Amino acid sequence: MREMLSMIVVLTVLTVVSGGLLAAVEQTTKPQIEEQVLKFQKAPAIKEIFTNITNDPIRERFDVTADETTLQVFPGVLGNGQKAVAFEAKGTGFGGPVGLMVGINLDTDEIIAVRVTTHSETPGIGSRAKEDLSFVSQFTSKSMSTNFGLKKGGGDIDAMSGATVTSAAVSQAAIAAQELYKKLKPEIVKHIAN
Amino acid sequence: MAQSLVKEFTKGLWAEIPPFRLVLGLCPTLAVSKTVENGIGMGVATTFVLVFSNILISMLRNVIPSKVRIACYIVIVATFVTIVELMMQAYTYELFLKLGIFIPLIVVNCIVLGRAEAFANKNSMLPSAADGLGMGIGFTMSLAALGAVRELIGAGTLTVWGGSPIFTIGHGYIPFKFMLEAPGAFIGLGLMLCLMNLIGQK
Repeated sequence: MREMLSMIVVLTVLTVVSGGLLAAVEQTTKPQIEEQVLKFQKAPAIKEIFTNITNDPIRERFDVTADETTLQVFPGVLGNGQKAVAFEAKGTGFGGPVGLMVGINLDTDEIIAVRVTTHSETPGIGSRAKEDLSFVSQFTSKSMSTNFGLKKGGGDIDAMSGATVTSAAVSQAAIAAQELYKKLKPEIVKHIAN
Repeated sequence: MAQSLVKEFTKGLWAEIPPFRLVLGLCPTLAVSKTVENGIGMGVATTFVLVFSNILISMLRNVIPSKVRIACYIVIVATFVTIVELMMQAYTYELFLKLGIFIPLIVVNCIVLGRAEAFANKNSMLPSAADGLGMGIGFTMSLAALGAVRELIGAGTLTVWGGSPIFTIGHGYIPFKFMLEAPGAFIGLGLMLCLMNLIGQK
């Protein structure tokens, strides 16, 4: 009984201390990590999505809020004068969250391009979603009212062979982007007009 | 006392150098020793985890009940690994991108658990710290050496820090790409071990 008790006490104390310590470290490094992700993940993705713009989406980024959802938005002005936005949505993959940067033309409601940002998928398998552009290029020029589900589930997106879970995560992120866009578009348009 | 500390420290540098002598921790060795830079980054991260987990485990060795000791070690090691991961994301993001999934995998690195179970568990704090530091530095040197061999043969360059090579073999050199693949790491590791045994024989 004594031994049992000591096992329970030691493990509990250890995990509580560990949890507290990690929460503290996470809190202190958070702003720095966000800055790094912006510089090394989001900015390159946005650059690839908006190949033909006349402004600096990174510097002009802003937050919009509607129905208690806050979203960081990167505005773009296309070469032909049309307005566009890019923002990140998340899906859940094999190794955790998969971030998908989605660029949308605000005037035509069409996707300009999408790129995978942060992920922890298996190197060489799920990570192809980021490295091999043939998968994400399916989204290019699709209307925001397209069914972004995988073909298997009746949608319009071909999964990568051997990486169904990651494909589903990207599809899930695209559907999340659809919902965010529907909810926040009025706010975004209002903000850009100002 | 000081002498035994030096002994615990130096045994990790040659006599029991990981991964050559202990042949533990092969997964990160094969996966990330593509370049010197990756090898050093992985080695430093592992050293940090080794030193602090060894210190903490030796301090708590009389408190931890033996039936749940492995679970306790995992909690301690995982905590330090997560700290390293967050720190790398915050300050050396490019290296973090290259090492990727292999940083969280330090949790199950056999060297870390092996030292906890075989050494820190039975020794006091200072020798355990010396042991962790020696093993960590030995591991870093091994990864850097293996990385140098693989990068030199496989890509014809040497990159120590910051992404631009400090040395490049002339343009006429055709890189032997096989050395950058995992089987190339196995062969490189085997040949280096062979060489070490040859030196040790005399």
